Amino acid sequence: MSLGPYATFIATSYLVVLAVVMLMIAWIVIDYRRQTRRLHELESDGIVRRSDREPRRGMK
Amino acid sequence: MTLIDLANPTRFLTLTARILPWLVVATAILLAVGLYQSALAPDDYQQGATVKIMFIHVPNAWLAMFVWGVMSLAALGTLVWRHPLADVAAKAAAPIGAAFTFLALVTGSLWGRPMWGTYWEWDARLTSVLILFLMYLGLIALWRAVEDPSRAARAAAVLTLVGAINLPIIKFSVDWWNTLHQPASVMRMGGPSLDRAFLTPLLVMALAFSLLFVTLHLAAMRNEILRRRVRAMQMMQVAQAGQHRA
Repeated sequence: MSLGPYATFIATSYLVVLAVVMLMIAWIVIDYRRQTRRLHELESDGIVRRSDREPRRGMK
Repeated sequence: MTLIDLANPTRFLTLTARILPWLVVATAILLAVGLYQSALAPDDYQQGATVKIMFIHVPNAWLAMFVWGVMSLAALGTLVWRHPLADVAAKAAAPIGAAFTFLALVTGSLWGRPMWGTYWEWDARLTSVLILFLMYLGLIALWRAVEDPSRAARAAAVLTLVGAINLPIIKFSVDWWNTLHQPASVMRMGGPSLDRAFLTPLLVMALAFSLLFVTLHLAAMRNEILRRRVRAMQMMQVAQAGQHRA
């Protein structure tokens, strides 16, 4: 596959897209880990959400 | 499970955990197929191999506008129906939409240099997309600046709906004003003007990027729900500490 005289522009475009998509994925994965870790820390400190303490009305 | 059941964040988290792995696999497969077809696509008789930039530029440009459309629906959900997940959906979508808009601007610029002889031109299409990018950044800043989530949600929803005026301006800018940017060649009256050799990989890449958005959006919504739970529990912790001291 020959990209001709503008190969740099084509390759740069694809690389920038790849880099930004990878950054978005990394940001979401790291954020998920951070939030779940904080939740576990709070739960281990004995903090329980009200909705987890009280069973919902009409639900078995 | 009905649609109303998804209004419950806990059920939403359960559903997301179930479907996210499938979405990741489907997105990866479609992206691989799209990239393969893009690599095999012939050179354009005028643009040569630079036509390959179209396969990533156009899906990003479409998604830049589509994500704002999704956020506008979510804004209606916040203001009219007070749907519990509406603000979560809008807030989670904003950084992803900003990233797609940034990519549309950068890839368009890199396509413009060899084709138009310039990276940038202050014409209607390019300027209106730049305004869209700035509006995304403004919304993200607003959510960060206002500490109370319900106040931030209402202000962001109003700003999102006002900003939606820019979407038809972007779409029809190439028809209303004299611009360097080419007119629509896929979504136009009379059907696409692109040859099938270019149209097929373009549509596959558009579908792949759309699936990528759905996957990232659901994952980011899950994170936002968890962040709000953490915030609520931290406030309970502070309140409990205050009661013990009293």
